[in-house]
Amino acid sequence: MKQLQERFGQNPEGDNLIIRTAVRLLVPFIQLYGMYVIVHGHYSPGGGFQGGVVLGASFILLALAYDLKTSLRHMSEGVNVVLGNVGVLIFVGIAVLCALLGGLFLDYEALAQIIPMADEEWHSLGIFLVELGVGLAVMSIMASLFWDLASGGDMEEGL
Amino acid sequence: MTATNLHLYVMAVPLLSAFAVNLFGRRYRAAIGPVAVSALGFSTIAALLTLLRVLQQGGYRYTVGNWQPPYGIELVIDPLSALMLLLISAVALTAAIGALKSTEQELPGREHLFFTLYLILVAGLLGLVMTGDAFNLYVLLEITSITTYGLIAMGGGRAPLASFNYIIMGSIGACFYLLGVGYLYILTGTLNMADIASILPGLESHAAMATAFGFMLVGLWVKMAFFPLHNWLPNAYSLAPTGAGMMIAPLMTKVTVYLMIRVMFSIFSPEYTFFAHSGVQAGIVWVAALAILCASALALAQRNLRRMLTYILVAEVGYMVGGVWLANTTGMTGAVLHIVNDALMTLCLFLAAAAIVYRTGSLEFDKLRGLYRRMPLTMAAFTVGAFSMIGVPPTCGFFSKWYLILGAVEAGHWEFVVALVLSSLINAVLFFRIIEIAYFQKPEQAAAGGLLAGEAPLLLLKPLLVAAVALLAVGIGSGPLVSQVIRLALPSGMVP
Amino acid sequence: MNQLLTEIVAKYNYWLYVVLMMIGFYAMIGKRNLVKKLLGMNIFQTAIILFYVSTGVKRGAKIPIVDKYAALSQGVDPGQIINPLPHVLMLTAIVVSVSVTGVALAILVRIYRRYGTLEEDEILEKIRS
Repeated sequence: MKQLQERFGQNPEGDNLIIRTAVRLLVPFIQLYGMYVIVHGHYSPGGGFQGGVVLGASFILLALAYDLKTSLRHMSEGVNVVLGNVGVLIFVGIAVLCALLGGLFLDYEALAQIIPMADEEWHSLGIFLVELGVGLAVMSIMASLFWDLASGGDMEEGL
Repeated sequence: MTATNLHLYVMAVPLLSAFAVNLFGRRYRAAIGPVAVSALGFSTIAALLTLLRVLQQGGYRYTVGNWQPPYGIELVIDPLSALMLLLISAVALTAAIGALKSTEQELPGREHLFFTLYLILVAGLLGLVMTGDAFNLYVLLEITSITTYGLIAMGGGRAPLASFNYIIMGSIGACFYLLGVGYLYILTGTLNMADIASILPGLESHAAMATAFGFMLVGLWVKMAFFPLHNWLPNAYSLAPTGAGMMIAPLMTKVTVYLMIRVMFSIFSPEYTFFAHSGVQAGIVWVAALAILCASALALAQRNLRRMLTYILVAEVGYMVGGVWLANTTGMTGAVLHIVNDALMTLCLFLAAAAIVYRTGSLEFDKLRGLYRRMPLTMAAFTVGAFSMIGVPPTCGFFSKWYLILGAVEAGHWEFVVALVLSSLINAVLFFRIIEIAYFQKPEQAAAGGLLAGEAPLLLLKPLLVAAVALLAVGIGSGPLVSQVIRLALPSGMVP
Repeated sequence: MNQLLTEIVAKYNYWLYVVLMMIGFYAMIGKRNLVKKLLGMNIFQTAIILFYVSTGVKRGAKIPIVDKYAALSQGVDPGQIINPLPHVLMLTAIVVSVSVTGVALAILVRIYRRYGTLEEDEILEKIRS
C-alpha cells in the first residue's frame, strides 16, 4: 500500500490520471444531458440557453482536464464558427420563413402549409426548432469565450 | 402579406446578412461589401415604403408571433418611428459605403468581423425604434451597446481602455433603466407600453412612480451622454476605428433621445412628465442649457478634429433634451427636427474627417494646413456641414435651431435661448478656426497633380457629397417635412 | 422607531438587494483595478436580477411546475403558483450580463497585453509618459 502511494506520489501524472479518466467517462453524459435540457425547453424547465451552456461546459471541461489542444481537436474553431452562425440563422430563418409563408413574424401557424398539423402542435414544434437554434449558438459562444480568454487569442495553451 | 410585414423586413434583412457575412466573409472577402450595402439598401427602400404607408393610412400596431398584447410583444409603427427607421437605415447605408475604404486601411484582414458587428448594430437600432414593450427595449438597447463596445475596442492605441470605460458607464445606464422597468412591473403587472400608460393614471402610489421615472430617465441620460454624465463619450467616439465612428456617432445618441421621448410620452403621460413634480421641468432645461455651454467650452480646448466633434455632439444632445423638456409643441418640433438634422450633420462631418484621415493620416489641427488645395471637394462638404452646425440658412441646422429658440421664447426659458445663441457663436469660432487653417495657411509641401490627385477615393467621396447635398435638401425642404411628417409624429396630448 | 424596525424586518430581502446594489455600484466607481470594476458590475446586475425574481413570490405558493394531466383536468389556481414571468425575463438579463462580461474580459486581455498592468492609475501613467 505504501509503495503504491509512493509510486503515485512521484508520478506527476498521478492526480491527473483520476481527473482525466473521470472526465473522459463523464463528458458524453454531460453532452447527452445538455441535449436533454434543450429538447425539454418548450415543455418543462429548460430551453435553449440553459442546454447550450451545459453543452459548452462539456468542451470547457475537456480543456480544463486535458489541455486546450485536446478540446480543439474535438471541435475545431472553424466548425465552432459555422455551428454558431447556423444556430442563429435557424432562429431568424424560421422567423422570416413564417413571414414569407403569409403569417406574421414568428407566427408558427403559417408553417402549417409545409407540414399540415394543428395550430397548438405547431406552436410547440416551432418553439422547439427555435430553441435548437439558440442552443447551438450558445454552445458555440460559450466554448469560444473560454478558448479565446484562456489562451489570449492564439489558441496555443490554456489555463 | 408583404405589406403587413414590411417594417420587420427592414430589421430582418441586415440581421440575416450579418450572419451570412460572418460565415462566408473570411474566404470571399470581395463579397462582404456588396452584401452589406445591398442589405442596407433594401432596408432603406423598405423603410421609405413604410413611412409612406404610415403617412397615408395612419400608424398601426403589430403583434409578433400572433400573441395578443399584453401577453405578446407589440411593435408600434407611428409616424415618429417610421421617420426614425428611414433615418437610421439611410445613415447606416451612407456610412457603410464610406466604411468600406476606411476598414480596408485600418483593419486589414478583419473586415468580416467589423461588418458582422456593424450589421447587428444596425438591426438592433432598427428594432429599438419600433418596439412597444418596455423589457424588449432593454434587450435591444443592450444588443446595440454590446456591439458598440466590440466595434470601439477594435481600434488601436487607447481604444480598448476607452471601450472598457464605456462598458462600465453603459452598464450602469442600462441597469438603472432595468430597475425602473422593474418598479413599473411591480406597480402595474404588465410590460406593454400602452398597457402601462392606461393603468398608471389610475394609481396613487406617487413614490414608486416617481422612482421608476427617475431611474429610467437617468439610465437613458447616461446612455446618451447628457452632461454631466458624458465623460465616456469623447474618448470612446474619437478613438474608435474611423468606419465605426462615422456610424455610431450620428445614430446612437439620437436613438437614445428618441427612447427618452418614448418613455416620457408613451409610458408616462405628458401631464405626469411635466407637471406632476414641480420644478423638475424647469430644472432639466437649466441643466440642458448648462450642458450646451460647458460642452461647447470644452470643445474650444481641443486640438484634434474628431475630439472636437465629439464635444460638439455632447452639446447637440443638450439641445435635444432641452427642446423636449420645454413642454410646448414648438420645442418638441424643434427637438424632433434636430434629431434628423443632427444625424445628417454629424454623418457629414465624420465622413469628412474619415476622408482626411484616409489621405493624411492625422487629424491634429496643425496637420490640416492648406488642405483646401489638396482635397477641395472634401473641404467643401466640410464647410457645408460646418455652416449647418453654426446654423446658417438654408442648411438644415438653421431651421431646427429656429424652432428651438422659438419654443424657448414661448416657454419663457431665456437661459435656453442664451445658451443656444452662445453655442452658435462658439461653433462659429470652432469651425472658422479650422476653415482658416485649411484655406488660408500654406501647406508644408506644395500640392502636385490635378484636382482629384490628393482627394479621397471615390467610395469615401460619394457618400460625403450625398450627405452634404442632403443637408441642403433637408434644409430647403424643412417646411414640408415639419408640416407633413413631424406634426403628425408629435405625441398627442402636448400643450400647444 | 418600532414602526421603522417593523418595516425593515418585514422587507428584509429588499434591503439586502439594496445593500448588494450599493456594494456593486461602489466597486464600479470607487475601485481602481479594472477587474474589480467588472466584478462590481456583475454584483450590481445580480442584485437587480434577485430583485426582479423576488417580486413574483406569493405567500404559501408553490413553484410553477405542474403535472400536465392534473392541470388539463382540474385547471390551475394562480394563487397557488408563484409568478414565472420575472424568472423568464431574468433569464434574458442573465444572458445579457454574461455577454457583457465576456466582451469586457476580452478587452481586459488586450489591455493587459498592451500595458502590462490592470491598475487604472498605472495605465494612465504609462499613457501620459
